[in-house]
Amino acid sequence: MSELHLSRNTIHFAEPLPLQSGAVLSGYDLVIETYGKLNADKSNAVLICHALNASHHVAGVNPDDPADIGWWDNMIGPGKPVDTDHFFVIGVNNLGSCFGSTGPMSLNPTSGKPYGADFPVITVEDWVNTQARLADKLGIRRFAAVMGGSLGGMQAMAWAIQFPKRIEHCVVIASTPKLSAQNIAFNEVARNAILSDPDFHGGNYYEYGVVPKRGLRLARMVGHITYLSDDDMAEKFGRELQRPNGESHDYRFSFNVEFEVESYLHHQGEKFSTYFDANTYLLVTRALDYFDPSRRYGGSLNRALAEVQAKFLVVSFSTDWRFPPNRSREIVQSLLSNKSEVSYAEIDAPHGHDAFLLEDPRYHNLIRAYFGQMQRSRK
Amino acid sequence: MVRADFAAIAKWISPNTQVLDLGCGDGSFLDYLQKQKPVHAYGVEIDDARVLSCVQKGLNVIQQNLEGGLALFENDSFDTVVLSQTLQTIHQTEKILREVVRVGKESVISFPNFGHWSHRLSVGLGHMPVSKSLPYQWYNTPNVRVLTVADFEKLASSLGLKIIDQCILHEGREVTLLPNFFGSLGLFRIRRAEF
Repeated sequence: MSELHLSRNTIHFAEPLPLQSGAVLSGYDLVIETYGKLNADKSNAVLICHALNASHHVAGVNPDDPADIGWWDNMIGPGKPVDTDHFFVIGVNNLGSCFGSTGPMSLNPTSGKPYGADFPVITVEDWVNTQARLADKLGIRRFAAVMGGSLGGMQAMAWAIQFPKRIEHCVVIASTPKLSAQNIAFNEVARNAILSDPDFHGGNYYEYGVVPKRGLRLARMVGHITYLSDDDMAEKFGRELQRPNGESHDYRFSFNVEFEVESYLHHQGEKFSTYFDANTYLLVTRALDYFDPSRRYGGSLNRALAEVQAKFLVVSFSTDWRFPPNRSREIVQSLLSNKSEVSYAEIDAPHGHDAFLLEDPRYHNLIRAYFGQMQRSRK
Repeated sequence: MVRADFAAIAKWISPNTQVLDLGCGDGSFLDYLQKQKPVHAYGVEIDDARVLSCVQKGLNVIQQNLEGGLALFENDSFDTVVLSQTLQTIHQTEKILREVVRVGKESVISFPNFGHWSHRLSVGLGHMPVSKSLPYQWYNTPNVRVLTVADFEKLASSLGLKIIDQCILHEGREVTLLPNFFGSLGLFRIRRAEF
C-alpha cells in the first residue's frame, strides 16, 4: 500500500502584501500540509482551498494528535478520488485563520500585542494572491487543479479568474458565484452573536484572557442549521426528546434542552467555541459576503469569467439550500456562454450543504473519474 | 460498435463548429464525432452513470433534465444541436423542439420510425413492436412518444421548422423507396423557418 507522505510546514513571507481593502500586511506566515510527491516538472500539484472553519490539515492523521483526521480525508489520499499516488496535494491554512497561519490571534509586530480588531479585512481574492505566492515559493508555475467546496470553491473560481494561465482544472463544489441576501443575513446573525457578546471587547478579548464563547456558540448553531437539509434533520433528530434511558417521555415544560436537535446544536456550538477564534469567524464570513467576481464587470459573471482558461468541473447537491444547484448553474451558464470547457454534475444527495464533505459513491466516483481522466491526459 | 446513425449525423456537422448533444448518453457519439473531426462539444445528460461515463471519456457534460428546457443555453449559441434517439423519451415534445431550434443554428433530430413495416405488422397482429430500433417491451420502454417519419414532418411543419435535409435508414443503409414503410430510423436536419 502506498503512503500519504504527509508533510507540514510553516512558510514565512517577508514581502508586504497589499490587500483589496487598501491595507498592507507587512509579513505573514502560512501553514501548509502536503501529500504525495511533486514530480520533476512540478506539473502534478493540486491546491485544496478550505471553507469556513477548516484548515491546512486536509488528509491523513495529525502527527501531534492521532484523533485529528484531515477534513477531506475521504477524498484525498493514496487510491482515493484525488489520488496522492499521482498528485501532489497542498492544503493551506488561509491568512486570517486560527490554525497557525497569521491571523487576528498572531502578534502584531507594530504593537507587540495580538492583532485582534486591528487585523485587516481579507477577501477571497487576497487569499488567492497569498496562495499564488505560496506556489511561487514551491516553484509551481501551474496547478494541475485548484479544488474546493463552498468558500473553497469560491477560491478555486477566483484562481481561474486571477491567474488564468496558472490553473489547468478548476473544481468548484457546492459553491456560488456570490452570496444571496439570505446567505448574508445568516452571516450577519452569526456575526452579531459574536459582536454582542460582552466578552468580545471590541475584538481585543485576548488581552482580557476571555473568549466570546456565547457568541461563537450561537454563530455556529445558526451556521450549522444552514449546512443540513430539512430532511436530514428530520431523519437525524425528528422530534425526539432528549431523555436518558428509562426517563419519562412527557414534556418537561421548561426552556432547558428538550429536543434532540437542540442538544445537537448545543454540542456543535460548544465544541466550536473551544477551538475557533471569534475574530476569524468575523473575517471569514465577511470574505464570503464580499465575494462577487461579477461586481467589477457591471454584474456580468460572463465577463468576469471571460478570460478563464481552466477546464471546470462544477458540482452541486440537490438538497443544499445554502448554495443550491441553481447557484452552481449560474456559474455553468456563464462558462457555457463563454464556450469554456465545463462539466456539471448535480448529485442527488440528502445531506444538504454538508454533502460535499461526506462520502457518497456518485460524488466520489465522479471526482475520481475527473482526476483519473486528468491523470491519463497528462501522460 | 458504432451506432448506425452516428456516421449519418456526423456528415451534417462541419469541422471547427460548436456542437451540443442533448441526451448524449455515455458520450459515445461525441467521442466518435471528435475522432472524426475537430469540433467543440458539450453533452447534456440526466443519468448519473452516463454522466460519469462522459467524464471518464474527458467530455464536457452538463447534468440536466431536458424536460425543463434549455435555459442554460443562449439563442443560436451552437452551430449544431443534436437530439439523437432522445426525442421519443421526452414528454414535452413541442417544447424541446422549440428549444432545440432556438439554441442551434441547425439541429439534427433522429428517432426510431414506428411506421416501419415490421412495426405495422406487429401491431396488425395484435402486439406492440419489439425490434432492433424499438428494442423494449411496452412495459419497460423508456420511450414515451411513438412517432413515424410522416408524423415528424407534420409536427415540424406545424411548429414552423424548416427541414433542410433528411435521411431515413434501415440497418445502417439509406432508404429512398417508401422511407416511412421501409425505414426504421429517421434523421432530420432542421432549423427555424424564419432563418
